[in-house]
Amino acid sequence: MDKKIKQLRLVLRNCGFIDPENIDEAIARDAYLSMGKVITEMHPAEAIKIVKESGLRGRGGGGFPTGLKWEFACNNKADRKYVVCNADEGDPGAFMDRSVLEGDPHSVIEAMAICAYCIGAGEGLIYIRAEYPLAIKRLKTAIAQAREYGLLGKNILGTGFSFDIELRYGAGAFVCGEETALIHSMEGLRGEPTVKPPFPAESGYHGKPTNVNNVETLACIPVIFSKGADWFSKIGTERSKGTKVFALAGKVNNVGLVEVPMGTSLREVIFEIGGGINNDRKFKAVQTGGPSGGCLTEEHLDTPIDFDNLIEAGSMMGSGGMIVMDEDDCMVSVAKFYLDFTVEESCGKCAPCRIGNKRLYELLDHICKGKGDMADLDRLRNMSEVIKDTALCGLGQTSPNPVLSTLDNFYDEYLAHVMDKKCPAGQCRGLMEFFIIEENCVGCTACARVCPVNAIAGERKEPHKINKGICIKCGACMEKCKFDAIIIQ
Amino acid sequence: MKRLESYDDLRKLRNETREKISSYSDPKNAANRVIIRVGMGTSGIASGATQVLEFFREALRKRNIDAEVLMSGDMGYSYAEPTVQVTRPGTPPLVFGDVDTHRADEIIEKYIRQGEPVDGVIPVDYLTIEEI
Ligand SMILES: Cc1cc2nc3c(=O)[nH]c(=O)nc-3n(C[C@H](O)[C@H](O)[C@H](O)COP(=O)(O)O)c2cc1C
Ligand code: SF4
Ligand code: SF4
Repeated sequence: MDKKIKQLRLVLRNCGFIDPENIDEAIARDAYLSMGKVITEMHPAEAIKIVKESGLRGRGGGGFPTGLKWEFACNNKADRKYVVCNADEGDPGAFMDRSVLEGDPHSVIEAMAICAYCIGAGEGLIYIRAEYPLAIKRLKTAIAQAREYGLLGKNILGTGFSFDIELRYGAGAFVCGEETALIHSMEGLRGEPTVKPPFPAESGYHGKPTNVNNVETLACIPVIFSKGADWFSKIGTERSKGTKVFALAGKVNNVGLVEVPMGTSLREVIFEIGGGINNDRKFKAVQTGGPSGGCLTEEHLDTPIDFDNLIEAGSMMGSGGMIVMDEDDCMVSVAKFYLDFTVEESCGKCAPCRIGNKRLYELLDHICKGKGDMADLDRLRNMSEVIKDTALCGLGQTSPNPVLSTLDNFYDEYLAHVMDKKCPAGQCRGLMEFFIIEENCVGCTACARVCPVNAIAGERKEPHKINKGICIKCGACMEKCKFDAIIIQ
Repeated sequence: MKRLESYDDLRKLRNETREKISSYSDPKNAANRVIIRVGMGTSGIASGATQVLEFFREALRKRNIDAEVLMSGDMGYSYAEPTVQVTRPGTPPLVFGDVDTHRADEIIEKYIRQGEPVDGVIPVDYLTIEEI
């Protein structure tokens, strides 16, 4: 293998290479062949064994072994069972699943059929957010074309196996990506999580055994059957097999989708594939795992990316968002950004998440405004730990992670905010002072007129001055000044 | 479309489609036509891929170049959308980034007609599952 080439397109094998609205192009690239092989030549137990041997783990965030999950659903006897594809993709900045559905919908349909055959289900549901209109359109086209060929529907390929798929639309609530909330939402109930157990494999959609898998997890399945479990399990690390797709964003040059074998280092992803930090700034942190994850630093750059290593480093794989930050990013503000998201997205069912996260957010806001003290830092940590231990679902259980990981990795920056009342990255307006540079000021009065609290005074054509005591640090003057005379320090 | 009655039917269809489509899915067999594939995922479309696709269709027809203009999902190069994959007969495909109608015109006149280099080529930085 060429050492310089870091990416491996397994999940994205067809994205960009086929017309997703023409099933013949997908079939020319082996779509449905794995399904054909499984349903004509294999016993479900045999097929499940292959998925288990491949070592595939769920890409939706949890990393649960997929074969084991299928086995549970298979072993639970019932008159009806369901296969659900989780295409909710709610992490801010993530678009891996959308790209797969838009570029190669057949891989997901084929995998759902294979799963249905393995667990004994006759119906499949794809839960997709309504904000993905193009993915929805392409999925509908793909399903219709698969039906015409008899690759979905009754008696598929003359084997007697029948399976069909319907779409269900989500309204874009992050919590509805959590599998129990997702199932309730599909049933027409409020999208609120319930305690597990029972797991969906036991009692899911309408109380029937239901297998929920993520889009990317499913997209791996056809390859596992065409190339073999052994082939698949040779890619990756000891306990994380295959590849992972990341949506690389933030301060890197090459923003976009990246697919690398598990075990690739963060450095390779950010500096080689991602082309390094833009504008020649210095790398500061990388956030993985979205609102459930954490911020890693320079010292983690050589960590091989896999499920276990990322957790050990204080973050997690999550669904694959990867946001790169440079020296201009304030880590307290980053934690605040994620908490803002969590507070907005909490379903409100349980108190630790509903109230605790709000309090966490307020504390962070307090600190960013320069009003925090050392006791607040202890409060942040204690409260985070309580929320983690007591929240009902994964959303609340992981929501303090951005706070904890920044406390662990960027404690100095918190200290600077509470002790020195300074924001080293220069982001927290509340900790800044606005100044007018006398030499640059021409005395045009523009700033004085726009200041909402009349903090700026000066004669026409004379340098102006900002009264620190009155200034509320809104920044309106700075935007108005055409002479770059106003700076923050 | 004809309903497929067996696994064999599917395999047959796969071989047929592969033959038919090989001209634009397999660079080694790229027959006599120029194949153009415009990345039409959400990122591509948001950056203007629809106009680029229409431009290629129009321009190639008007200029009498035998070409197939197709669409695909995004290849993942969000930083360089719209992206367009161009296969000249007998040459491996090249992916161009940041293709607006201006660059599309350059691609037709310089690269497609004369095989001359055009700016914006995105190097292949991945392996495929066939390669490992
Ligand atoms: C708050 C929250 C949001 C989630 N959002 C998603 C999501 O958008 N997509 C997804 O596939 N899984 C999501 N999950 C994970 C699912 O609950 C579930 O574990 C996953 O769909 C299982 O599929 P997998 O085993 O293939 O990963 C979320 C979990 C939590 C707690
Ligand atoms: S942890 Fe948050 S999102 Fe989950 S059930 Fe409790 S309130 Fe709802
Ligand atoms: S807007 Fe700028 S130049 Fe004009 S008075 Fe204010 S500081 Fe001076």
